Amino acid sequence: MSSQARAEKQTSAKVAPSKQAKAVPKIDVPPEQMAYANLLLYCSWAGIAILALTFLIYMSGLLTPFIPASEMPMYWGMSAHDFLAETGAPIGWGWLGMLGYGDFINLVGIAFLALLTIVGYLVLLLPAYLRKKDVAYTSIVVVEILVLSLAASGILAVGAH
Amino acid sequence: MLDGLILKATMLMEMASNSQAAVAVTEATGSGLPWWAWPALLLVTCFGMGIVAVMAGVGGGVLFVPIVGSFFPFHLDFVRGAGLIVALAGALAAGPGLLKANLANLRLALPVALIASTFSIIGAIVGLALPTNLLQIALGITITLIAILFIFSQNSEFPKVGEPDGVTKALKIGGSYYEPSAGKAVDWTVWRTPQGFFLFIGIGLVAGMFGLGAGWANVPVLNLLMGAPLKIAVGSSKFLLSITDTSAAWVYLNQGAVLPIIAVPSVVGIMIGSLVGVKLLAGAKPAFVRKLVIAMLLFAGIRSLLKGLGY
Repeated sequence: MSSQARAEKQTSAKVAPSKQAKAVPKIDVPPEQMAYANLLLYCSWAGIAILALTFLIYMSGLLTPFIPASEMPMYWGMSAHDFLAETGAPIGWGWLGMLGYGDFINLVGIAFLALLTIVGYLVLLLPAYLRKKDVAYTSIVVVEILVLSLAASGILAVGAH
Repeated sequence: MLDGLILKATMLMEMASNSQAAVAVTEATGSGLPWWAWPALLLVTCFGMGIVAVMAGVGGGVLFVPIVGSFFPFHLDFVRGAGLIVALAGALAAGPGLLKANLANLRLALPVALIASTFSIIGAIVGLALPTNLLQIALGITITLIAILFIFSQNSEFPKVGEPDGVTKALKIGGSYYEPSAGKAVDWTVWRTPQGFFLFIGIGLVAGMFGLGAGWANVPVLNLLMGAPLKIAVGSSKFLLSITDTSAAWVYLNQGAVLPIIAVPSVVGIMIGSLVGVKLLAGAKPAFVRKLVIAMLLFAGIRSLLKGLGY
C-alpha cells in the first residue's frame, strides 16, 4: 500500500472520532476550527441533498425546463460561449430570475455549495481571529473573502474562444 | 376547406421539423444512444471513479476531467465546470472529519488556500478563453505528467523538518494530531514556507484552468517540500480544495459552463462511489488500484493530447 493511500485511509477513519479507543489523548483543536467543521458538516450534505432533489424535479418534468433535457445533446458539445449565444441562457447571477425553470433550479444547490466557504469565513473565522487580535490571519481571512466575493460576483469577464 | 388544408400542411411541416430535431439530437450524441443514456452512463462511470479514487488514495477530480473529457461527448468547458463542482462537493463533505481530528489545520491551509484560490480564478479565466484544441493539448500534457508524478513520487510519513523560516514563525504554522501507530499525539511544524507558497501559485492556475482537484500537487508540496507529516498534508490538501475550487467554480458558474445534466450525476455518482470505496478499502489491494489509476491517467492523457492535435 502506498504511503499516501495509507494516509488517506487513516484520515478517512478519523471522520468518526467518537468511535476511537478511549485512550486517545485529547488533541487541542481551536474552537473556530470546530465551528467551521460543524458548519461544513451540516451544510455540505444539505447542499448535496438539494442538488439531488432539484435534479429529480428537473428529470421528472415537474417544472418545465428552459431547455428540455432531451434536447441537451444538441448543446453539450458546444463551448460555453456558443451555448450561451445559441440558447440565450443568462450569465452571472441572471439564473436567479429563472428559478421557475426545471434546469435552472439545479443551480440553487451548486451555488449553495459554492457559498459555504464565504459564509464560513465571514461568520465564523473573521470574528474568531478578530477576537484573538490575530492580525495576520484576520488579514488573510479578509482578503480571501474579497477574492471569493469577486469570483462570485460575476463581474470577471471571459473572452470567447 | 382551405383552412383544413393549411392546418394539415402545418401539421406535416411540424412533424417534419420534429423529426429533424430528433435526428439532430441523435446526430449530436454521435452514437445513436438516446439522450438519457449519457447522464446515466456518467452516473455509473463516476460511481466507479469514486470507488477507485478512494482505494488509490487520489482525489476524484483528477480522474474526472481526463476520463469524462476523453470518452464522453461533452465539451471540455462543461467537463471542467462539472469537475470543479465534483472536487468542491467532495472536499466540503470530507472537511468536517479532517478539521475535527486536526488533520486539516487552518493555520496551514488558510494562507495556502488564499494563494491557490486567487490564482485559480486567473486559471479559470484563461482556461475558458483558450481555444479548445490548445486546451486539450495542455490538458493531455498535464495529465500525462501527473501520471508520471504518481509513478515516481515517494511521500514521507514524517519528513525531517529543519529550522522553521520567518514566515512559518510569523504565521505560527503548526499543530498536533493523534498518531495511532505511535499511540500518542504528534506535534508538527513546517519549513520552506515561502517556496511552498510560490508553488501554490502554479497549483492554483492549473486547478482553475483544467477544473482538476489539485490534491495530486498539494500533497507533495505540503509533505515533501514544506515537511508537513503525510496525514496533515493529505488532510489539509483535501480541505483546502474546498476553498481553491470555490473561486474557480464561481467563474465557471457565472460563465454558463456548469450544466446540471452533467454536474449533478457526476457529483452524486462520485459521492456514493467514495462512500462504497471507503467500505471496500479494508479488503482492497491499493497498490494494484494505484497502478490501474496511473494506467487510466496515461491513457486519458495521451488520448486528450491526440484529440487536441486533431488525430
